[in-house]
Amino acid sequence: MKKNDMKAIYLKLKNEYFGRAFATFCGAVIVILTFSIIIFLTTKGLNTFIKHGYSIFHFIFSGNWDPEGSGESSIPQFGTLIFIFGSTIVSFLAVIVSAPVGVALAVFMNLISPKIGSKVLQPAVELFVGIPSVVYGWIGVSVLVPFIKIFFGGIGFSLLAGVLVISVMILPTITSISSDAIRTIPKDYVEASYGLGATRWQTIIKVIIPAAKSGILTSIVLGVSRAFGEALAVQMVIGNSITFPKGLLGTTTTLTSILTMDMANTMDGTGWNDALWSISLLLLIISFIFIIIIRKIGKRGEQ
Amino acid sequence: MSAKVKDKIATIVLYIVSSLVILLLVSLIGYIIYNGRESLNLKFLLGEPKIGEAGGGIGPQLYNSLSLLIVTLVITVPLGVGAGIYLAEYAKKGKLLNIIRLCIETMASLPSIVVGLFGLLVFVTMTGWGYSLFAGALAITIINLPGLTRVCENAVKTASEGVKEASLGLGATRWQTIKNVVLPSAMPQILTGVILAAGRIFGEAAALLYTAGMSAPSVDFANFAVNNKDSAYSLFRPAETLAVYIWKINSEGTIPDATKIANGASAVLIIAVLIFNVSARIIGKKLYESHAGSK
Repeated sequence: MKKNDMKAIYLKLKNEYFGRAFATFCGAVIVILTFSIIIFLTTKGLNTFIKHGYSIFHFIFSGNWDPEGSGESSIPQFGTLIFIFGSTIVSFLAVIVSAPVGVALAVFMNLISPKIGSKVLQPAVELFVGIPSVVYGWIGVSVLVPFIKIFFGGIGFSLLAGVLVISVMILPTITSISSDAIRTIPKDYVEASYGLGATRWQTIIKVIIPAAKSGILTSIVLGVSRAFGEALAVQMVIGNSITFPKGLLGTTTTLTSILTMDMANTMDGTGWNDALWSISLLLLIISFIFIIIIRKIGKRGEQ
Repeated sequence: MSAKVKDKIATIVLYIVSSLVILLLVSLIGYIIYNGRESLNLKFLLGEPKIGEAGGGIGPQLYNSLSLLIVTLVITVPLGVGAGIYLAEYAKKGKLLNIIRLCIETMASLPSIVVGLFGLLVFVTMTGWGYSLFAGALAITIINLPGLTRVCENAVKTASEGVKEASLGLGATRWQTIKNVVLPSAMPQILTGVILAAGRIFGEAAALLYTAGMSAPSVDFANFAVNNKDSAYSLFRPAETLAVYIWKINSEGTIPDATKIANGASAVLIIAVLIFNVSARIIGKKLYESHAGSK
């Protein structure tokens, strides 16, 4: 009797509890990892303001980045406005280029020619995602930069180059999420519109786009968020000067570029190094803001 | 302009936009492979890199990329599949599930350079491993885990529709149902997700700069002492990958033929991505067909 009990427990363990424990453990890993990222980056990132007493206001709203204190006052300055501005302008310009194309592709895939859409465009979009960002950066350096230099002047490395590279990189994000949104629109809407005598284009503009509005907006915000976080491709082509860009052909730098370039040059615990950690904290906070915006859009779309 | 003419013009414009995007992709890939064609030989692929002189290869970097890919997949796949199963089958709706979803979203939206810096802080400095293959693998695990978890969750959800009740009704436990009924039919989708993730792992660079490091010391394949950093099988050796190498030679400029090497290395990366993408399609389709019984 007792032996049977043991066997039952063993079987139950083997058939259910181990598996459940493993699955639960994996779920827990995600939570633990996320929380440790938040905690570590926050404690490291706050050093600039707590240990070094630099003001948060200056950190965000001052464009004076002088980490070694080589200026007149010889006090290190960690104003990151140039980087914040650089990241913002690159991302928004890239989205302005990319969003119309992405939405057009999504419309094409679902309404104009679903066959070409699923056989050609869908795999193409997946390939665009697959191309590594250094390769995009390298194409930028070896093709785009000389091209801009010859045809538009300047040194080639420019805001424009950064915008173009990023706009190609975020195209798949915008396309695939807009396409998902368009696909889930009830067929009745489209058929009702056709039935009323609307042309396909009228249906797209008056029915499809409004009905998929929240999905398309989500795709655009995700695109901006991806553009904000992209590091190497932008860093390779944007010129990395710590100045506000003088027009589209001017050079500038971004939050991620400065992290990429300076982290290796600084010693742990110095003000410069801690300022870089504060920039990573800033990027973490920015991704939170994007998540909140996306959730808000999703909620509004449900209503 | 009548509505019909407008409709015609819009259709033509949409056709043009779509073909331009395809043209862009084809010319990007064609250009990269064409430019790197001279480098696609064994001397370049397996050769040692040189500093300060021309004619170096990418042998160690290629080897590092491959080993990093394998180590990362060994960590990521079980975690992703497990978490996907948990979310699809075990997690109860409520606060906890919301927290997990928020965590996944947070992880997915983190810039990869920030993940790399977290890796530098925890996996490189705090553990004392230094720049190492393993630290790099853990960092890319963080980047790929959310995506893979989502793929697995969806795969398990779609696969368990209908068949789950039947299996549970026959007296199988939940885990037995998942293991024997749901997972096999979810496999094509999971595998496709894994292979696409593999492509991304292979090309990742930003998260690796400060975790796997920017140096590729030559490794000794005859040395089986895994705890020795010179051994090719050690997890704790610095492991600069191909993608990182492209970035490094481009920003340092210590190699006279950096352009040629970057072209060659880019071609290798693109070809790898093409192979991963095509095989994901083929394997997904084959498995689906054999499972659905259409062939």
